[in-house]
Amino acid sequence: MSDVFKDGDDIHEYLATHEKKDMLRFLTCGSVDDGKSTLIGRLLHDAKSIFDDQLETLGSDSKKFGTQGGEIDFALLVDGLAAEREQGITIDVAYRFFSTEKRKFIVADTPGHEQYTRNMATGASTADLAIILIDARHGVLPQTKRHSFICSLLGIRHVVVAINKMDIVDFREDKFREIEEAYREFAKPLGFKTITCMPLSALKGDNILTKSPNTPWYDGAALLPYLETVDTSRDEEQPFRMPVQWVNRPNLDFRGFAGTVVSGRVAPGDEVVILPSGKRTKVKSIVTREGDLAFADKNRAVTLTLEDEVDASRGDVIAAAAQPAEQAGQLQAKILWMDDEEMLPGRQYILKSNNRMIPAQITDLKHRIDVNTLEHLSGKTLKLNEIGECNLSLTQRLVFDPYSENRAMGSFILIDRLTNHTVGVGMIDYALRRSKNVHWQAVDVNKDSRRKMLGQKSAMLWFTGLSGSGKSTVANLVEKRLHDLGKLTYLLDGDNVRHGLNRDLGFTDADRVENIRRVGEAGKLMVDAGLITLVSFISPFRSERRAVRERMEDGEFIEIFISTPLEVAEQRDVKGLYAKARKGEIKNFTGIDSPYEEPENPDIEIDTSEVAAEKAAEMIVEYLDRNGYLEG
Amino acid sequence: MIDTETLLRRAERLSESTGLSLTTISRKLLNDGKGLARIKNGGGMTEKTLEQASRRLDELEVAETPRAKGLLSPEAMTHLDRLEAESIHIMREVVAEVENPVMLYSIGKDSAVMLHLALKAFYPSKPPFPLLHVDTTWKFREMIEFRDKLAERLGLELRVWTNQEGVKAGVGPFTHGSAVHTDIMKTQALKQALDHYKFDAAFGGARRDEEKSRAKERIFSFRTADHRWDPKSQRPELWNIYNTRTAPGESIRVFPLSNWTELDIWQYIARENIEIVPLYLAAKRPVVERDGTLIMVDDDRMPIHEGEKVEEKMVRFRTLGCYPLTGAVESEANTLPQIIEEMLLSRSSERQGRVIDHDQSASMEKKKQEGYF
Repeated sequence: MSDVFKDGDDIHEYLATHEKKDMLRFLTCGSVDDGKSTLIGRLLHDAKSIFDDQLETLGSDSKKFGTQGGEIDFALLVDGLAAEREQGITIDVAYRFFSTEKRKFIVADTPGHEQYTRNMATGASTADLAIILIDARHGVLPQTKRHSFICSLLGIRHVVVAINKMDIVDFREDKFREIEEAYREFAKPLGFKTITCMPLSALKGDNILTKSPNTPWYDGAALLPYLETVDTSRDEEQPFRMPVQWVNRPNLDFRGFAGTVVSGRVAPGDEVVILPSGKRTKVKSIVTREGDLAFADKNRAVTLTLEDEVDASRGDVIAAAAQPAEQAGQLQAKILWMDDEEMLPGRQYILKSNNRMIPAQITDLKHRIDVNTLEHLSGKTLKLNEIGECNLSLTQRLVFDPYSENRAMGSFILIDRLTNHTVGVGMIDYALRRSKNVHWQAVDVNKDSRRKMLGQKSAMLWFTGLSGSGKSTVANLVEKRLHDLGKLTYLLDGDNVRHGLNRDLGFTDADRVENIRRVGEAGKLMVDAGLITLVSFISPFRSERRAVRERMEDGEFIEIFISTPLEVAEQRDVKGLYAKARKGEIKNFTGIDSPYEEPENPDIEIDTSEVAAEKAAEMIVEYLDRNGYLEG
Repeated sequence: MIDTETLLRRAERLSESTGLSLTTISRKLLNDGKGLARIKNGGGMTEKTLEQASRRLDELEVAETPRAKGLLSPEAMTHLDRLEAESIHIMREVVAEVENPVMLYSIGKDSAVMLHLALKAFYPSKPPFPLLHVDTTWKFREMIEFRDKLAERLGLELRVWTNQEGVKAGVGPFTHGSAVHTDIMKTQALKQALDHYKFDAAFGGARRDEEKSRAKERIFSFRTADHRWDPKSQRPELWNIYNTRTAPGESIRVFPLSNWTELDIWQYIARENIEIVPLYLAAKRPVVERDGTLIMVDDDRMPIHEGEKVEEKMVRFRTLGCYPLTGAVESEANTLPQIIEEMLLSRSSERQGRVIDHDQSASMEKKKQEGYF
């Protein structure tokens, strides 16, 4: 049963057997007090996955630090995290490996200290099965419930309830049955497909490798034989999905879509649909370096070629045409917060799912969930390790399946734009649609809904000032900063607009007025579209600026006066215009032979001869932030 | 709550797929061999019995399948298939999201597997990144020969980097000791190379099973602009969604072989016929015994101390590095199965052959913080 290779065994036979084994990933939940480390250490040891030199260290460590009176303390094998914890290193999960002739096992071992929720979720996200440890003396405790809930939340379908330390309760059947009943009763709403309870003593080895003579009343399997044979793959058949990870174009004749099949099976000739575009085609071939495959199942990393020249790029999903995935820009999801800095509704994060990164914000925290009682709690934010049911609004539609149906297609992470930390992880429940969600108001698409979607209050930032005063420089910097913050912006610059929209206008006073009128109207459309619109124009006349302001709603027109003095601007003369104007080569030049009327009450005034452009940009962004323009 | 009809249908299906008789299943579900037959003829049962039977059926369905019986269908994915797919996914993710990746190629068996996986991941394209070998000038000659031939045969871009300041200062393991040599010719050289080419992500072949401190290492490991490992800003990794975003100057070390064990590596090399440096196989080689370790005399830079004797012995290497720092083991194993056999029997973890890790178990952690891979 175990992996031991003994002298005299046939190596070729051994290799042939071991090449065919499959893999099971499982998670162990419990604290050191429940004997979790002892259990893992025991499994590693009994499956002979500990190398001799490690065993040597273990022997000497056991004498030094062990709690088993000089006997080998298996817990030391997997613990050893205390020192790192002192150093402040975040250890979320330690992975252990062992194998028997039937299976390779990857064990996710999560330290059971205060970071339990985040750590357990990390381990559970890739596990097919969970072992939940219960101390036979104490029965089902709050932490048992917490562990079970997190397993269920992360979509684990199979649970082994290891009722440990049976030796201390004299292997009494009534004790075991009592705990089993209590657990099954509690776990009913959690939706596990199987719950298998086992009476164990990890320390003494009862029911670990073989069935123990101490529990003749127990008719189930011992732990390791069970882990070797349990089939976690038989969950409902799921339709084919493959998010495109990378487009493979070695030359003009080959166009392959590389990715990992996350559910179902694909074969040449299958009709598929590319999402979100909805274009249909058929699979032509499944290309690998060893030759084309007849089919590919879940978990295989492949490269598909398609019958037609359809467009597909990274982040698109290739799905079974008969059962395509959903698409939505508004989602309800359970979010687990992973960062020290708390979640802020309204702030924009980057959502990564199915190889796509989409700016997204949490529009509403519906309620928090108490991991001990499953009760719904009210709250405004989520702190580290807290779980909440949230509404999300994405700037683009996401192709997905609900997490309960498809773990890969329904999971996402949230990334902070500034620190780049992974701050939260989520599991999608469903798309928010009017029919499905009464809270979502049935509004027509208008300025407000667009602003909400973008997470910003659109407005027109009107930069006015002399030629060479630094308007465009500052406007450019402001736009860059807003862009970095995930805000959608557009910059209308005097020179650029005069090359297109206002190509027919000159520099007479009448033309200047018309110039401003047109720019004002164009900007207004952009504000209506939800954009933070930056307008950088000399715009010398007070009345024209006022006219633009009056066509906007209150608070939508922000006048920024770049009050750099004429001498400074003329000295800079970046475009050489002042020189030409002084020579009379340019007529009607503002400040020289055409007047500039200073704003009387600008919202912001900046003199770039005194304030550096970066600082100026910062002041403006601060102004926007302070006045709520950067929230939806 | 399921009804009796569903229960019956599922029991019959289970009987078909497993070959178990309905009587056997009936006994397992209802403690009564004739129970199911009775229901079929219109008999009823209490809700509690039905609930219990349904639960047992769930468990039977999981436990009694062909897979559970150890009869894997030939088309099912084996553990090596799963590991392969995971590694390929990781490599593609880096290539898709990072600007200037590189693969650290150390010429050893793990590098051989990693390169093989890269060839698969991007086929029919070539891997869209160069290989980087940090050459300390003290590698086995056979390694260098193997490296150059392989790169040429596969048509891959190979960049070799040597710390020239170290060469000028005459740094070597015999004159400066292993710690200084490794720091200057390996750690510093690697940093120089990464800075020089402005690589923002580097694949490395480290595995979590190599030693205790690596068990908790993440697959994507973030480094500051001066290549320091900042343990506090490592990111959680859930599902197979990796956050690859970095600030300017920061870089990532990526370990696609994290979940492989030494045995997996050897099995995969055998399965895929991957070419490895012949030094892994036993042959007559000139060695000197020094401090209990067999060191191969690979060139005439090796000083032979008084009382030492150069002997021809049948030896092989379990890991490969700088020849003065890599202990040989006496062995007759000169085929791949024999190597695996020897490994399984000797069962002493592989890095013991490498002098660098010998001191204390925290040393790897420390080296990592200093920028060693």
